[in-house]
Amino acid sequence: MADEYGLVEKSKIMDPARMKRALSRLASEIVEENHGAEDLYIVGIRRRGVPLAERIADKIEQLEGQKPLYGIIDITLYRDDLSTVGANPVVNRTELHDDIESKKIILVDDVLYTGRTIRAALDQLMDFGRPNRVQLAVLIDRGKEHRELPIQADYIGKTVPTKRTEIIKVMLKEYDPEEAVWIYEKPTD
Amino acid sequence: MNKPFRRRDLLGIRSLSAEEIVGILNTAENFREINAREIKKVPTLRGKTVINLFFENSTRTRTSFELAAKRLSADAVNISVSSSSVAKGETLVDTALNLDAMQPDCIVVRHSSAGVPHQLAQVSRAAIVNAGDGANEHPTQALLDAMTIREHKGKIEGLEVAIVGDILHSRVARSNIHLLTKLGARVRVAGPKTLVPADFSHFVDNGLEVCPHIEDAIDGADVVMILRIQKERMDSAFFPTLREYSIHYGLTNERLELARPDAIVLHPGPMNRGIEISSDVADSSRSLILDQVKYGVAVRMAVLYLATGGAAVGE
Repeated sequence: MADEYGLVEKSKIMDPARMKRALSRLASEIVEENHGAEDLYIVGIRRRGVPLAERIADKIEQLEGQKPLYGIIDITLYRDDLSTVGANPVVNRTELHDDIESKKIILVDDVLYTGRTIRAALDQLMDFGRPNRVQLAVLIDRGKEHRELPIQADYIGKTVPTKRTEIIKVMLKEYDPEEAVWIYEKPTD
Repeated sequence: MNKPFRRRDLLGIRSLSAEEIVGILNTAENFREINAREIKKVPTLRGKTVINLFFENSTRTRTSFELAAKRLSADAVNISVSSSSVAKGETLVDTALNLDAMQPDCIVVRHSSAGVPHQLAQVSRAAIVNAGDGANEHPTQALLDAMTIREHKGKIEGLEVAIVGDILHSRVARSNIHLLTKLGARVRVAGPKTLVPADFSHFVDNGLEVCPHIEDAIDGADVVMILRIQKERMDSAFFPTLREYSIHYGLTNERLELARPDAIVLHPGPMNRGIEISSDVADSSRSLILDQVKYGVAVRMAVLYLATGGAAVGE
């Protein structure tokens, strides 16, 4: 069935339980790789990276008894497609209240696709200081063949090989009526 | 003239809807954070050119626009009248067409005659932003005033705002009256009869009242906005002496007592201490004059971003 954008629902690849398990695993992998929560700074990329980052930070607190620093990045001002026709994005706020200097940053986003969003987030981070290390955690990786920049994730909830005509929708209760990850397809006419 | 995709002029507040005003203010809120960073620069308008075309003196507004452009990585060029070819006899439109031929993305214009930005908007491909035209409008000043009020009062709707001074010649007052009444504030104006036309309440459909005395305007106000008295007006016999103006219309601590206890004081600058505002009021914690200047940069960043193709929050 086509939705309001003419997209056709193909399949549900995550339900709330799977999503929760994936985020728990990401949190423990992050803690394991970084030997604890010390100096960790979890940074969500607007918009759907933000609640995911918050959930990962909560899970790290459950594991380690210490809540890592947490912030939000809005990449609009750093996009590389601002001058192209049709792009007129809305600017939202970046909230990095704690110093990122010498921290271990975990960037969190819902989907890794071309890598361009991550490039913009990295550029912005560097304007705030010099972190010790930056790692990337994503709920869904659409596969390396779509990458337009040399960027890979360090922590992946699920790798989903997709076609260009397909769209991944991560739905979160903060913004959407249900919690799920869906694959949609743009109909070819 | 057809402007390139989504290029938009900001000619005044009068032609904007309440939703558009709120969209600009919300966008400006999100730009504030950049001005508090150690590296106060984002690459957003890289490669874009902003021309500040000032036919009238200005330090604050021009610097504010220049910083706004530079913090967005645009190239900013300042042209002031003393160094321009206008002095050599070129017409306004020819000046604009010549600048436009150099393909800037935005021209910020200030002129002593009302309507100049509107005229330039007809002939230029670049987006035109009005930085003050005669006694007509000064939209970015009203926007930064609104931002200051929202920051301290949390809202604009339902507030009582007193505007005191030379209403007749003030573009700041006009833009503010449009903005504040569109967003649901009640505005009271006061000043010498020669500077506040008695039928001025018809200037907007509703929400504006003309008061005979400064005390009537300030009484119970949430916001007191003091306008600069332009000394050159004295020569045209609009009022007898500065001392007399100060006695009848100067904002003092005693007069401010009439306002609400949490009332705030705004002044668009540059202020004449001891004339329209006493030094103890200007330096008190209720005076937000430097906040206005601070928010001015964020407002102008938002305006330049929207003029050159960005979308406002809520759009």
